[in-house]
Amino acid sequence: MEILERCYTLPPQEEEGEMRIKSPKDLWAGLMFIGIGVFFVVWALMHYQMGNAVRMGPAYFPVMLGGLLAFLGVLTLLESFAMEGPPVPKFAFRPLILISGACVVYGYLMKPAGLILATAALVFISAYGGHEFKWKEVAILYVVLIAFSLLVFVKGLTLPFPICPGFIENCPIRL
Amino acid sequence: MDVLNNLWLGFGVAITPIHLLYALIGVMLGTLIGVLPGIGPVATIAMLLPITFNLSPVAALIMLAGIYYGAQYGGSTTAILVNLPGESASVVTCLDGYQMARQGRAGPALATAALASFFAGCVATLVIAVAAPPLAEVALKFGPAEYFSLMVLGLVAATVLAHGSLTKAIAMVVLGLLLGIIGTDVNSGVLRFTFGIPELSDGIGFVVVAMGMFGTAEIIANLEQGDKREVFTAKVGKLMPSREDFKRMWAPILRGTALGSFLGILPGGGALLASFGAYTLEKKVSKYPQQFGKGAIEGVAGPEAANNAGAQTSFIPMLTLGIPGNAVMALMIGALMIQGIAPGPQVMNEKPELFWGLIASMWLGNLMLVVLNLPMIGMWIKLLSVPYRYLYPSILVFMAIGVFSLSNNPFDLVVMAAFGVLGYICVKLECEPAPLILGFILGPLMEENLRRAMLLSRGDPMTFLTKPISAGFIIASVILLVIVALPALRKKREEVFVAEEPKV
Repeated sequence: MEILERCYTLPPQEEEGEMRIKSPKDLWAGLMFIGIGVFFVVWALMHYQMGNAVRMGPAYFPVMLGGLLAFLGVLTLLESFAMEGPPVPKFAFRPLILISGACVVYGYLMKPAGLILATAALVFISAYGGHEFKWKEVAILYVVLIAFSLLVFVKGLTLPFPICPGFIENCPIRL
Repeated sequence: MDVLNNLWLGFGVAITPIHLLYALIGVMLGTLIGVLPGIGPVATIAMLLPITFNLSPVAALIMLAGIYYGAQYGGSTTAILVNLPGESASVVTCLDGYQMARQGRAGPALATAALASFFAGCVATLVIAVAAPPLAEVALKFGPAEYFSLMVLGLVAATVLAHGSLTKAIAMVVLGLLLGIIGTDVNSGVLRFTFGIPELSDGIGFVVVAMGMFGTAEIIANLEQGDKREVFTAKVGKLMPSREDFKRMWAPILRGTALGSFLGILPGGGALLASFGAYTLEKKVSKYPQQFGKGAIEGVAGPEAANNAGAQTSFIPMLTLGIPGNAVMALMIGALMIQGIAPGPQVMNEKPELFWGLIASMWLGNLMLVVLNLPMIGMWIKLLSVPYRYLYPSILVFMAIGVFSLSNNPFDLVVMAAFGVLGYICVKLECEPAPLILGFILGPLMEENLRRAMLLSRGDPMTFLTKPISAGFIIASVILLVIVALPALRKKREEVFVAEEPKV
């Protein structure tokens, strides 16, 4: 009776038995570890010398670790069939892209465009990655932050950052 | 007595106005970032690291240390009032502290947390003063085999405190070790895994990795959760705990301090592990275990004492062995190296004023925290009502300036962003970033010591088991792994983490 009931109530993929993926998080984590581990092993073997246990070459330690990582990845993969786990939650791509992007833009703007513009890009892009974006609020926040950066980091701690864009010959802001 | 003489020397250093000032700046900053959820001591210290270049070594260390233990104080305020751990180690305080606040007893909960932390801080300072010199003596005799095995133990210990799957935690350690060896191989001069990128030849900077994994990743994860907080501002009320409260809190404080001091010394230990341990212990020995999770004062006193004691004694392996037990200690080592001081057992003999000055400043800093924080709680609460949409761009600005100033190279920001993405993926796949960071720090050290040990033993790996101290570390690691992997305990561990973990 019990078996019959099971057949009726459970979704069809359950019938496949043991090999169903129960924990997708572990599945992906396992695949990630295997991929990275194998990559390190292959790359090290291709490019660096292995040496031996007494005199280890540059490839020895990475090959050991890469192998271990791949092995742990396989274990995690197996666990994903054995233990029940929640699905992988959705990725929030908007903050992911905008926050990471804002940092990169800041870095590459700093030398050509100076601190004032780089900070503006960072603050406005990252604020746009949040839930609410109000121009006025963000503008005030930016003014406070740039004033603070100029006073504390450039003047106080004398970090050698360019303040104005390179094409302006006489920067109006002097500290 | 030697200890007293040394402490006398230390207080002489710590009490100078300039050092008092840096201790004050440190603990205030620490409390601030402890109170604010979404930014922890790792990111803050990483941000300030470039700045410490201009300070004297003593002042730099005093300030950075203040940030770390100050954050433990601040974190509990947020845990009690908002049910969010302002700092990861105060996760446990949320459980009963927040319940006390809901019952209108926020004041006594805050006072209990502060008193417990202060008591634990005083004891832990003494523990360091007494335990560190003999340990450093022993450490001077360590060879490469002992160092390697000790690091194995530290990494294993780090996986024990990770949530969820043990396999994934170990894999994260190994991934960290692999990332740590990117750069020039010291023995052969070969560039490893640099893929022709010149910036990678010095390796990936630890600060950059820490900022990405703990900074940007955390901001991204917070942003998707939205901005909802419930602050019990109006209900703080009177601070003084009742006589009944005092009666119930002193034993948990003592036990928490003892447990925290012990767990802090273990590499891989520190505040987080200590507070979890103390909570479980209190629940077990309590006469009223059913009150736990519903506002038991023991559930605040024990873990708060433990996390502060653990935060402080985790300085011991860093100061005596030069081995960072956690990410904060790794940054401290970074700060020492910026100053041209090689961390290790010799620091105590060569720079006694640095070592003892730091210890004395910890006690003074704890005193400042108790004296300043209880009256200033109103101000911290106000800070909590600042919405996250103002906070995170500010945090990003400071992180970006800090990272850029490391070497004035935009590539560092690319690496930070990349590790932010990796950290975010790890959050989604339930892989803990802390073990990765620890592996990352220890990677080069481990390889170096492994190579030397194997060279000395002519390629015989048994050297790790034939040397008694090294064998002890290896056996301890195996025992630890077996204990955690055993099904019964594993279930228990999962329970502890699942039942006791509010949303981080």
